[in-house]
Amino acid sequence: MSTSNNWVTVCSDTDLVSNSGVCALLNDQQIALFQIKVGNDIQIFAVSNWDPIGKANVLYRGLLGSVENAKVIISPLYKQRYCLDSGQCLDDDTIKLLVYPVRIEQNQVQLQLVD
Amino acid sequence: MSNLNNVHNGNNMRIVVVGNGMVGHHFVDQLIQENNADNNTQLDVVVLSAEPRLAYDRVHLSEYFSGKTADELALTTPEYYQENNIKFALNAKVININKLAKTVTTEAGEVFEYDKLVLSTGSYPFVPPIPGNDQPHCLVYRTIEDLENISASSAVSKVGVVVGGGLLGLEAANALKEAGLQTHVVEFAPQLMAVQVDNGGGRVLRSKIEDLGVQVHTQKATQSIETGETCRYKMCFADGEVLETDMILFSAGIRPQDTLAREFDIAIGERGGIVVNDQCLTSEADIYAIGECALWNNFIFGLVAPGYTMARAAASHIIGGDVTFQGADMSTKLKLMGVEVGSIGDAHARTAGALCYTYENQPLEVYKKIVVDAHQKKLLGAVLIGDTSDYDTLLQYALNDIELPEHPESLILPAGADAAPALGADALPDTATICSCHNVSKGDIIEAFDTGSCNLADIKSCTKASTGCGGCTALLKTVVDSELTKRGVEVKKDICEHFAYSRQEMFHLVKVAGIKTFDELLEKHGKGLGCEICKPVTASILASVWNDFVLKPDHVSLQDTNDTYLGNMQKDGTYSVVPRIAGGEITPEKLIVLGQVAKDYKLYTKITGGQRIDLFGARVEQLPAIWKTLIDAGFETGHAYAKSLRTVKSCVGSTWCRYGVQDSVGQAIELENRYKGLRAPHKIKFGVSGCTRECAEAQSKDIGIIATENGWNLYVCGNGGMKPRHGDLFATDLDTETLVKYIDRVLMFYVRTGDRLQRTSVWLENLEGGLEYLQQVVIEDSLGICEELEAQMQNVVDTYQCEWKTAIESEHSLKRFRQFVNSDKSDLNIVFVEEREQIRPATESEKEVFSQTQNSELKETELATELV
Repeated sequence: MSTSNNWVTVCSDTDLVSNSGVCALLNDQQIALFQIKVGNDIQIFAVSNWDPIGKANVLYRGLLGSVENAKVIISPLYKQRYCLDSGQCLDDDTIKLLVYPVRIEQNQVQLQLVD
Repeated sequence: MSNLNNVHNGNNMRIVVVGNGMVGHHFVDQLIQENNADNNTQLDVVVLSAEPRLAYDRVHLSEYFSGKTADELALTTPEYYQENNIKFALNAKVININKLAKTVTTEAGEVFEYDKLVLSTGSYPFVPPIPGNDQPHCLVYRTIEDLENISASSAVSKVGVVVGGGLLGLEAANALKEAGLQTHVVEFAPQLMAVQVDNGGGRVLRSKIEDLGVQVHTQKATQSIETGETCRYKMCFADGEVLETDMILFSAGIRPQDTLAREFDIAIGERGGIVVNDQCLTSEADIYAIGECALWNNFIFGLVAPGYTMARAAASHIIGGDVTFQGADMSTKLKLMGVEVGSIGDAHARTAGALCYTYENQPLEVYKKIVVDAHQKKLLGAVLIGDTSDYDTLLQYALNDIELPEHPESLILPAGADAAPALGADALPDTATICSCHNVSKGDIIEAFDTGSCNLADIKSCTKASTGCGGCTALLKTVVDSELTKRGVEVKKDICEHFAYSRQEMFHLVKVAGIKTFDELLEKHGKGLGCEICKPVTASILASVWNDFVLKPDHVSLQDTNDTYLGNMQKDGTYSVVPRIAGGEITPEKLIVLGQVAKDYKLYTKITGGQRIDLFGARVEQLPAIWKTLIDAGFETGHAYAKSLRTVKSCVGSTWCRYGVQDSVGQAIELENRYKGLRAPHKIKFGVSGCTRECAEAQSKDIGIIATENGWNLYVCGNGGMKPRHGDLFATDLDTETLVKYIDRVLMFYVRTGDRLQRTSVWLENLEGGLEYLQQVVIEDSLGICEELEAQMQNVVDTYQCEWKTAIESEHSLKRFRQFVNSDKSDLNIVFVEEREQIRPATESEKEVFSQTQNSELKETELATELV
C-alpha cells in the first residue's frame, strides 16, 4: 500500500468489474467498489460493504441501477436501494452507508482515508 | 337500534322470510342495508330455513365436486346475521300460515308473528313419474345434502346417468364425470339445452360434450327402471332400447315450491307457481313471493339475476320505495364441462320477420348464430357454442337496442382483417347493465368513481359488480379501464421506471430486433441505468432467446446475486451448493462424493422436496473448488439459483413398483436433461408419476405427467407453494414423442408471454381463454407458431452448458469468486455454531458473545472451526 495525502491504493483498476462490484479490505474495513460505465464515461464509487439491514458483508454482490437520476446499489439480500453518492438508503431514512472518496491514479484504485 | 333477539319493539315492522336460498338471502341483505341506513324505519326480521345451513351459492354447486367445501360455497354466515340483528332458525320448515292471525308455524311447533310475510321457498327438482324412480341410487341435484348423497352413491358406482339434458342436467353430468363415473345424459327432446339453444347449436354442443367422454342419448323416454344385469339398474326406454347404470340423477327441470300457497289459499298458476304482481305481492295484501316459487306474467324465472330483482322489488315495496319487477332478460353465458355456451334473447328466431346469420367452424367445433330484426338494425338474439368471447358485446347490442353495424355478420366472424372491433365501453349508454346479478349499470360505476372509488377493487366492493356469477368480469374491467383513462389515470403495465414495456413486449423487442445485450436494449428502448427488476428480466429473456453463458462480461452485471455467483445466497452471505440429481436417481459413488465434499468443507446438508441434496454454508471463495470436485465426479449445476427448470420429481415407477405401469424414473431423467438450463419468467418444476396413485405429486407441478396403460397424461400449470393449484389435465394417453412436443410448446409459449416472476399457474389463469386457448395454441396450432416454439426450444436444448463447468474453466469468471480483491482473508462476520451435529449460522447475540471471548489474534479461518 502506498500513501500520499492519505490516498491509499487498494487494488488495480483491472480488478474492477464493469457495471458491477468487488470488495476490498482496508484496515479490517470491508469496502465495496463499483464501476459504472455509460458509453466512454466511467465512474467509480466506494461504500461500506456491510448491509445494515441484512446484517452481512454482501453489498458488493448487489445490482447497480438508477432511481430517477440517482445511481444506486441494491442489496442482494432484501433489495433495499442505497444512493452511491450519499450512502443514503432510499427505503429507510434512518439508514446510511459510509461513503469513501475514491479515484484512479495511474491505473491504481485509491481511497482517501479520513483521520 | 332495536335488538331483534330480545323483545319485539312495538313500533318496528315484523318481517318473516320463509326460505334462505340465494334469493331469500339477497332479500335479507336489502333489509339489512335499509336498517343500517340512517332513517327511522327499523325492521324486525326472522328467517326460517328448512335447510340445515344458511344461504349458499347454488349456481356454482358443481364446484363442490372439484374440491369446494360447503363453507366456501356459503353466501353468508350466522355471525353476519347476528351482527345485523337478523333472527334465524335452521331446519325450521314452515307448515302453517294463519292469514287472519298473521302467524306462521314451523314443523317444531314454533309460532312467529308477521306484519309482512315473504315466501322465498324456491323450487324442487322434477322427478318424472317413472316406475322404479324411488330406489336408493335414484337421486336429485339441488342442495348440498343432495351432493353428499351423490358423492356417497358415486363411491360405490361405476356408471351414472343424468336424466335431463338442460342446463342443470349438464351441470349434474359434469359432477358425475368429476366423480369419476362413466357418464350418460338421457334427454327426452331431440337435442341438448332445447330452451336456450337452437338445433345447430345443440348439434355442436352434443359433439363437444361427447368429445369429453359423456355419452348423450336424445329422444329417449324412460318407461321403467328395473334391476340391471351388469349394473345395479337397467333403464328401459319407449323405443325398446335399454341402458344399464349404477345410479340415476334426475335433472328434468324444476317445479316451483308452492305447497304452502296451495294449502293456505294463496293464488297459484295453472301449472303451479305463486302468482305475483310487479311488486311481487301475492293475492294476499301482506304476503310476497320471490324467486323460483313466484309466477310473474305466467312465467317462472329459473335464473338468479331475475330472482335478485324480485327480492329488490319486494323489499322496496315493504319500505315504501318504487322499484318494481318488470320481467327479466333470460340471456345466459356459462361453461358446461369446460364447454362455453351462450344464449341471448330470441335464440330460436321466433320473432316475426327475424333473420339469422350463422357461422360454424367444424374443425374447432365452434358455432355462432345471431338473430336480427327484419330491417337488420336490431339484435334480437344469439347462440354461441364453443366460444363465447362475443357474448358481452352481443348482449349489449340486444339489451340497449344499439344499431347494428352495416354487416351484422362481422360481429361473429373470427377476428381477421375485416372483423368489427368489440363494442367499446364508450359505445354503451349509461343505462347499460354491466352486472345483472347486482343490477349495476355503467352509470352506477361512473357514479362510484365520482364519489371516490379509484380502481377496480374499489368499484367491486362499493357496487358489488362482478361479485355474483362473475360473468361480467371482463366487461367490468373494460368499463373501469376506459373510465380511468378518461379521468387521466394511466393504466400502467410497465415493468419499472426504466422500461415502459411489459415483459412480453420486451421479449418481443429482443427477439425481433435481434438484441443481444442489456446496454443495447437500454439504449434503444429504455432510460437510466436499469434496476433490480429490469436487469434480471433482460438477463432471463436474453438467455431464453440466445442462451449465451450467463457470466459472459456483457451479461454478468445483469444477474441477481444468485445467478452471478451460481448459488443461492443465504442470510449470512454464504451460498448453498445444489448439484443436479436428475429424477432423484443417484449412484452410491456420487452420494459418497456429496458426503465427502460436505465433510471436507464443513457444509450443512439437507435433502430437499425436489429429491436432491443441498449443501449449505459455502463461502463465496470456496465455491469454485467445491464445484470442481463435484464436476470431476460427474455432477453438474442444478440451477437452484436460477429462474429456470429446477427438478423433475419422480416415483420409482414400473421398474420396481408392483403398481407402476410406465418407467417414470427414466422419463423424469430424460425430461430433466432436456429442459435443464431453460430460463423462464419464474422457476419451473416437473413431476412424473408411474401410475395413477400419483406418488410424485405431479399435479402440483408446473408440468405434471402421470403414466397410464396407454402412455402419459399431461397436466399443466399446477403449483404447490403459497397458493396451491392442481394442474389442469391438458392431454391424455400421449406417446413420449407427442408428450415432449407439447411440453416444448407449452413451456416456450410461457417463456414468451409470461409476466416477470409469474408462475405458470397464474399465467394460465390470466391467459385470456384459459386452458382451452392454450390447448388450441399447442395442440391445434391455432396461432401457427408451434414449429417456431419447438425450434426455439431445440436451440435452448442444443446450446445447453453447465454454467459451473464453464465458470471454473474461465480465469475471468473465477476472479468473481473472491471476497476481497486485495486479500486472501475471509469474511469475519461469517460464524457458525453447531446444532444437531451440523453447522448453522450464529445468531447476532451468539456472535457478540463470541467476539468478546475470542482472542483477536486468531485467524478467521480458524474461528469457525474453533467455535464448532
